Amino acid sequence: MKAKVLIRPKEGILDPQGKAVERALPALGFEGVSQVRVGRLVELETDDPDALAELCEKLLANPLIEDYEIELNGGAGA
Amino acid sequence: MRFGVLQFPGSCDDRDAVEACGRIGESRLVWHEEPDLDGIDVVVVPGGFSYGDYLRPGAIARFAPAMEAVARHAEAGGAVLGICNGFQVLCESRLLPGALLTNESLHFVCRQVDLVVESADTAFTRECRVGDRLSIPVKHQSGRYFAPPDELDALESRGGVVLRYTPGSNPNGSVRDIAGIANERGNVVGLMPHPEHAVDALTGSEDGLRLFASAAAHAAGRETTGVSA
Repeated sequence: MKAKVLIRPKEGILDPQGKAVERALPALGFEGVSQVRVGRLVELETDDPDALAELCEKLLANPLIEDYEIELNGGAGA
Repeated sequence: MRFGVLQFPGSCDDRDAVEACGRIGESRLVWHEEPDLDGIDVVVVPGGFSYGDYLRPGAIARFAPAMEAVARHAEAGGAVLGICNGFQVLCESRLLPGALLTNESLHFVCRQVDLVVESADTAFTRECRVGDRLSIPVKHQSGRYFAPPDELDALESRGGVVLRYTPGSNPNGSVRDIAGIANERGNVVGLMPHPEHAVDALTGSEDGLRLFASAAAHAAGRETTGVSA
């Protein structure tokens, strides 16, 4: 089964990458963009979708600093 | 006294660490696939970019066979020092609390910093006194120490903050100017600055030697008493 895992910095944690992107936008003429946060997307195929949450907790995300969402088969999942 | 310095694909300060430890005792590299640390008294997890820093710095290295041996060594009271990427590995391994985030500035910083010893009650600072200042270089892009406020309070109240950047010299935005921390027993220490690059007056400072000398004293104490410190 195909799955996507979206990982992003936890709310309240300073994301300097997001800030840098946000500061660059006005120079390109894009005004009014704020609260930019940069995360990452992991695409994978798995035989055991039930193990995805544990896989995220142990490797894909660091739960201390990151939140994650799992999306199965193109639909929202656990 | 035998020091073992781990070597992952992508480590780059391993040889300097072997050279630094070699000024205090015997010292050798430990390849990341070695499953045990027999005969090693002090483990150093060195700086660099283990596994290319893929995913997050330290995230992959924690699964190396040698890291399982490091966890057993730490559990038995043996001394473990994580330097820079090694600190990140120890946090990812949960041998130390917290995490290291990208520097507030987003820049790679490389400069000499002044540190204050906050705890002399660890395997790597027992030859220091609280309040001592150490001049040691930093060089990293992901060195911003972070832990949630309640964990930080717990860390501070048990004396787990070992080193702090002096006021105004915090190079990365670390919370509460934290440069190095220890586990509860004080035998596992992680820090962002590089003591292995501060072992000779010729290159600016030999303050880093005090950490390795402390570890040797710690290990000698364990041998004498037969008790895990």
